[in-house]
Amino acid sequence: MSKLVVLVEDEVNIAEAIRFLLGQEGWRVETLANGSGAVEVIRKASPDLVMLDVMLPGKSGFEILDELRGDPAMETLPVLMLTARGQSRDRAMAEKAGVSRFMTKPFSNSEMLDAVRDLIAS
Amino acid sequence: MVSLNQLVAVCLMYVAGLFIVAFAAERAALRGQGGWLLRSPLVYTLSLSIYCTAWTFYGAVGYAARSGLEYVTIYLGPSLVMIGWWWGLRRLVRIGRSHRVTSIADLISSRYGKSNTLAIVVTVMAVIGVTPYIALQLQSVILSLSIFAAADVPLAEAGGDVINRGQAALWVAAGLTLFTVLFGTRNLNVNERHHGVVIAIAVEAVVKLLALVAVGIYVIWGLAGGLSETLARIDASDIGQWEVQGSRWAALTVLSGAALLCLPRMFQVMVVENDDERQLQIASWAFPLYMMLMSLFVVPIAVVGLDLMPEGANPDLFVLSLPLSQGQNGLAMLSFLGGFSSATSMVIVATLALSTMVSNHIVMPIWLAFRRDGATQSGDVRNIVILARRLSIFCVVGLGYLYYRASGGSGALAAIGTISFGGVAQFLPAMLGGVLWRGATRAGALCGLGTGFVLWVFTMLLPSFGADVALSSATLESGLWGLAWLRPEALFGIAGIDPTVHAVVWSLALNTLVFVVVSLFSFPAPLERLQGAQFVNVFDHSGPARGWTASVAGSEDLMIMAQRILGATEAQAFFAREAERQGHGQRLPEPTPRFVQALERELAASVGAATAHAMVAQIVGGASVSVQDLLAVADESAQMLEYSSQLETKSRELTETAAQLRAANEKLTQLSLQKDSFLSQISHELRTPMTSIRSFSEILRDAPDLTDADKNRYATIIHSETIRLTRLLDDLLDLSVLENGQVTLNQREGNLRDLLDLAVTTAQAGATRPLEVLRDPQAEDITLTSDLDRLVQVFINLVTNARKYCAADQPQLVISPQVTAQGLVIDFVDNGHGIDAGSEALIFEKFSRITGEGDGAGLGLAICREIMCRLGGEISFLGNVPGTAFRVQLPQSVLAPPARDTGPAVGPVVGADTRS
Repeated sequence: MSKLVVLVEDEVNIAEAIRFLLGQEGWRVETLANGSGAVEVIRKASPDLVMLDVMLPGKSGFEILDELRGDPAMETLPVLMLTARGQSRDRAMAEKAGVSRFMTKPFSNSEMLDAVRDLIAS
Repeated sequence: MVSLNQLVAVCLMYVAGLFIVAFAAERAALRGQGGWLLRSPLVYTLSLSIYCTAWTFYGAVGYAARSGLEYVTIYLGPSLVMIGWWWGLRRLVRIGRSHRVTSIADLISSRYGKSNTLAIVVTVMAVIGVTPYIALQLQSVILSLSIFAAADVPLAEAGGDVINRGQAALWVAAGLTLFTVLFGTRNLNVNERHHGVVIAIAVEAVVKLLALVAVGIYVIWGLAGGLSETLARIDASDIGQWEVQGSRWAALTVLSGAALLCLPRMFQVMVVENDDERQLQIASWAFPLYMMLMSLFVVPIAVVGLDLMPEGANPDLFVLSLPLSQGQNGLAMLSFLGGFSSATSMVIVATLALSTMVSNHIVMPIWLAFRRDGATQSGDVRNIVILARRLSIFCVVGLGYLYYRASGGSGALAAIGTISFGGVAQFLPAMLGGVLWRGATRAGALCGLGTGFVLWVFTMLLPSFGADVALSSATLESGLWGLAWLRPEALFGIAGIDPTVHAVVWSLALNTLVFVVVSLFSFPAPLERLQGAQFVNVFDHSGPARGWTASVAGSEDLMIMAQRILGATEAQAFFAREAERQGHGQRLPEPTPRFVQALERELAASVGAATAHAMVAQIVGGASVSVQDLLAVADESAQMLEYSSQLETKSRELTETAAQLRAANEKLTQLSLQKDSFLSQISHELRTPMTSIRSFSEILRDAPDLTDADKNRYATIIHSETIRLTRLLDDLLDLSVLENGQVTLNQREGNLRDLLDLAVTTAQAGATRPLEVLRDPQAEDITLTSDLDRLVQVFINLVTNARKYCAADQPQLVISPQVTAQGLVIDFVDNGHGIDAGSEALIFEKFSRITGEGDGAGLGLAICREIMCRLGGEISFLGNVPGTAFRVQLPQSVLAPPARDTGPAVGPVVGADTRS
């Protein structure tokens, strides 16, 4: 059974790149471009990993993460956060909200894949 | 019997002796010898004894015979002041020395900002107050002479009036004038002590004490028959039991104490002639001792005189007539010399003091005012000053003589003395206030002095002439102009008080009250404040007040002036000393503030503070108080209140500065936040396309088995993201240039229709989703002058936005231009869903993308706003129409040269009517 990753990313090109890369690893990727319905979708899909952009239309990545961590069922769900705003403040906020891993865009494909592998393995 | 001629001969010998003593003292002082004697506290104390004039020598006995022990007040007041207020006298002396004060008028004028008005007022008051006193001395000499004349039997037998009183008085006056001129105006610098005069006075003081004591001893042991007999006689007489009136005692004690401080002659010997403050220390007990000795035998002489002398004999002359009646010619002669000494020493010093005041404060200022060319151009000022002083001496003695002639030598001696004391006592509030209270002002001093003087004249001087002489009896009875509360001897309806007490209390009380009140409500001039600080805190900083600002004063001019006042040798010595201190040997000293100040002080010793100030001001010119001076004054904590206004200003300025700093800080903080958020957004906008580029380029590099279609597709993505990046950078640079105002506008003339054509074409190019643009070519036919490229950039942006974000199924954009009174208005209205009310304020901000859609960085509208701002117009969002509506406004100026009439300017501005 292949692993399921939910990717919340509004930039179509980035989403396509990630989908391609994860697909090559044999994982299924479910992509969302909007933040507002994301929590519901994730809850239903109960994925092995969630990849979150921070700046999303509708709802920000932080808010989504907050809601996920508030749900006991998804407390331990691995969340990889990707952001184009690379300031340390954002990293601190993400860590406070309970992120599993935080990556700054642009990332190297291999690093991203390593992170995903790590998170799914743990 | 002593013949009158013998007496005159003895008198002349005595005077000649005095001349010799004075001359010897001058010579000794000049050669620097005999300093131990000239500067001895003993001489100083003896010179103070000019307080005891003929009034006290003769008058005290008469006073005792008339009013009993009341005469003691005359000695009590000064003794109390000397003993009890020693520190205050020391303060006066210190001020006098450090400010080189020449007279009491100079002291008061100097304290209140070197005001010459004040000096003149004090001088005039002093002359009026002291003239009767001088007359009194002449009178006493003549009276005593006439006693001898009456006893001179052969002369009396020769017939009629034994002595021509007027002529005798004239001779006495002339002699006194000569002496004063000779020894009083020998040197110009008043502060350089008149050693001759002082020594002569000291000798006279010894003579009068000896005379009185001798008469006293003779009376007790020669006439009364011993001490116990005398005491018995005193007990038996009325004097011993005389009822003492408390208020009169207090008033007279205060008056005589005040006189010690305020009498010009006392000020002269106590302050001006003082060599050393330590002299005062000895004098503080020695002078009261002298006074005690002087008063010791007054009562016995009075009692025995009343017993032995025939009824109607003048008790004022008991000291003289008692030994004479007993045939004690030698003693009588000594007694006469004592009285003569008292009178002459008083007249000499009083005249000296008054003439200094008159010449320094009245003659010299008038002379200076007439010499408009200033002190440097005139002749030898030295001679002028000395001449002025000599003339003043003549005038003062002459006035005394005239008063004597006019008053006809009437009135008891003591009464005239009290009146004189009352007059000069009016200086007391201004003087003490000036020395002790920094709040005292010139206006206060002037008003106080004026009030006291007027009251003194009205309640004391004028009534003393008797009814219907100066004041009509009607005025005395029912008050001035019939106003009962203006009765000279019962002011404000308070009657039943002793006239002297009444006059002293009212004049001094109202004087003080007016002085204090006016001082409190008036504001001192800077110089006044400075002097006030110097006077009140004389012990804190003995250094002189710095007065002159460094200035353009030519040293040569100052030198010329100084030579003319100080004398060539002394001036050169002074300048050389100053030059050496400044460290350039032979040349003239620089006119530093310190030097000019020292010079002014040196001159002040010759011509008085006000005159010296005026003379230096003529050369130096300009303001005399610098900010540093004022700040120096401000150093004293006691003065903090006075400077509160400055501090308030400062504090207000500081508060303002603090507020400005706070505002600036807030702005900086805000800017810093904006910068952070701007950088954060830039970062985001740059990283997003770079993420795709990096990711896909890595895929292209690393994935071996990609189809050509995929490769092509990924390369296209990379390409488009690169373009997106470039566009973003272009926009950022564009915005930066616009915001910094570095943009140069390229003004051209063009037709609006052409501009819109270009914009629509550009914006629609390559569009996948066509936008229908509705226009009105006729209305668009407007010629305008502006930076057309920039304007088109705005239009393109608006059309592109409509194309991108209009959410309608059939997107439409209506462009409707209108010419209004304000200029050109072009509305862009689409049929989309508009913008949330909350977002309206944000749309023109950088990076504000309302929807998450589109590939713009959110800089377009920010750029549009900047461009419109540069073009003198504006772009705004219209919230009250369906769809998204933007309005571009351009000022009237773009329409010149005049546009063709495009129909009615009024109408629905917002594009409700759409034309194709």
